[in-house]
Amino acid sequence: MYAYDELDRTLINERVSEFRDQVKRRLSGELTEDEFKMLRLQNGVYLQLHAYMFRVAIPYGTLSSKQLRRLAHVGRRYDRGYGHFTTRQNIQFNWIKLSDLPDALADLADVGIHAMQTSGNNMRNVTSDQWAGVAPGEVEDPRIWSEILRQHTTLHPEFSFLPRKFKIAITASEHDRAAIKVHDIGLRLHKNADGETGFEVLVGGGLGRTPFIAKAIKPFVHGRDILSYVEAILRVYNQYGRRDNIYKARIKILVHELGIEKFSREVDEEWKQMDGGGLTLDHSVVEEVRSRFSYPAYEKLPHMPDELKQAAADPQFERWRKNSVAPHKVQGYSIVTLSLKPVGGPPGDATADQMDAVADLADKYSFGEIRVGHEQNLALPHVAKRDLPKLWKALDRLGLATPNVNLVTDIIACPGLDYCSLANARSIPIAQELTRRFANHGTAEMIGRLHINISGCINACGHHHVGHIGILGVEKNGEEVYQITIGGRADENAQIGALIGPAVPYAEVADVIEDIVEAYLALRDRPEELFVDTVKRLGVEPFKERVYATR
Amino acid sequence: MTSPLQQKIKITGPSVVTANRTSDGIVIYRTAQQGWSANLSDAAIVRTSDEARALLNEANADDVGAIGAYIAPVEIKDGGEIKPGNLREHIRSKGLTIDLLPA
Ligand code: SF4
Repeated sequence: MYAYDELDRTLINERVSEFRDQVKRRLSGELTEDEFKMLRLQNGVYLQLHAYMFRVAIPYGTLSSKQLRRLAHVGRRYDRGYGHFTTRQNIQFNWIKLSDLPDALADLADVGIHAMQTSGNNMRNVTSDQWAGVAPGEVEDPRIWSEILRQHTTLHPEFSFLPRKFKIAITASEHDRAAIKVHDIGLRLHKNADGETGFEVLVGGGLGRTPFIAKAIKPFVHGRDILSYVEAILRVYNQYGRRDNIYKARIKILVHELGIEKFSREVDEEWKQMDGGGLTLDHSVVEEVRSRFSYPAYEKLPHMPDELKQAAADPQFERWRKNSVAPHKVQGYSIVTLSLKPVGGPPGDATADQMDAVADLADKYSFGEIRVGHEQNLALPHVAKRDLPKLWKALDRLGLATPNVNLVTDIIACPGLDYCSLANARSIPIAQELTRRFANHGTAEMIGRLHINISGCINACGHHHVGHIGILGVEKNGEEVYQITIGGRADENAQIGALIGPAVPYAEVADVIEDIVEAYLALRDRPEELFVDTVKRLGVEPFKERVYATR
Repeated sequence: MTSPLQQKIKITGPSVVTANRTSDGIVIYRTAQQGWSANLSDAAIVRTSDEARALLNEANADDVGAIGAYIAPVEIKDGGEIKPGNLREHIRSKGLTIDLLPA
């Protein structure tokens, strides 16, 4: 866990009183909506179809049990008893009243949570691997660097009015769980030949209307130089980014139009001129941030405790363990993913009661810590293996032990037309129907790893371009229709999916996905060949044939 | 830039003016009594572009009460019942189309 210092606490509390005053002036008519809009957006408050939506940041996906309980409280007291975890390690409340927002913000501030960097054309919540600090083989904990970037960029005047929003993600593992290649800047922590910590820097990734996979701009930037290098990129973007056209304003367009070589030269030029710009990180600064992260006092535990051996006789437990439990860097411990994708449920939603219960389980079994992943699931990062059977029983009672992590029913979906004012089509009911179609866990296991991603419009909050199967809702003559792509992926081999053909109507989407999955099962050359690999080997054609032959 | 008051407005069928209430964000409809109601059945119906423009201008003047007013299509059923004219408006008026809990 990270402990905020006095400066952060003061900043957060000042924000609450500022916003309280702004809301008061808005409600009395002293501020017009035009004047107020930017102020509310700076505090994560959007207007959606039915109500205001309040987006709260969960920096690098780390929460304490106390913080999760407070999120539950906000959901219960000011909303309708639930929250929605998003693809950027935020949580959204969908029904909150403007008049209640200052109190909600104050309640969150008490536990060090805020809504800064969740909206607007600024540097957004820096995201990271939800297994940070516990994944075996990780170079080092990427959250230290996420936190340094967070501190530097929060309310930084130069980054508060960028041409468009700007998103950074960091990973420190071989396997990228933070989708860094679809971010404006992606940072991959690694060590150079001298064993020094630094970053491979990627730039210009992003989804939306014009999707791009990020391009490598520097193979190694030393850790001490990362702030100045990121700032050099932002300065070039700030100078050349298109402010005249919202569709061309993201850095990905600039990188694409200039070409990575020219863009890189511009950045190098700027970086040289800055000459550190006072941003070179002292070892002591990094160590100070590092020291504010606390790690559990792990026990020395056996690799295979008796409790686990006994529980292995229960096939349901085994199914869940094999699916949702991952190795931990410390012997005797595991990382447990809590699926927020129950069959028939809205992906990524958790009720206030579930949040409270997870907080209690975190206290009991995970040193009071919870993680939030961009796949819209939660994780308990430090569970002793001997506790797995008991934890499983408790999670199962809460509906949080669906053994479908990374399987066809672990669907990423944005709120879509049920909530979102920008939507063209619904996402959630499509996801719900698909989870019912593939409800049999045996079948889902047999299909293997398959990520379905759904967005209700081209803004791509559901990351449909990088779903193994991507579903994008569009509107045609007042009807919801859906474009289907296949072969996308969001990991270290990130790729944009390819369209299989004309859009299909709402009522046919689930049938089409079933056809695609059946085609894959018939086409894969062995059970271990994953869906994406079959698509890579054979291309779109055989899937297209299967889907459109009878339509 | 054209002022919103002079913007071209063209409607092709019966319409209402809808917005969200400033204090709590709920969906509201402009009434014929120069107020707002949370019920679509209370909405003032406009049938010409001039009427629509006038109602929208009146709605926009109430910046304290409502946000983001716009004109939305409706259908008038035989018995006079007012129905939302598209799926978006249906969802705004009737609420979510989904089950919130696994089913
Ligand atoms: S993808 Fe579109 S519909 Fe979905 S949440 Fe984002 S803006 Fe809304």
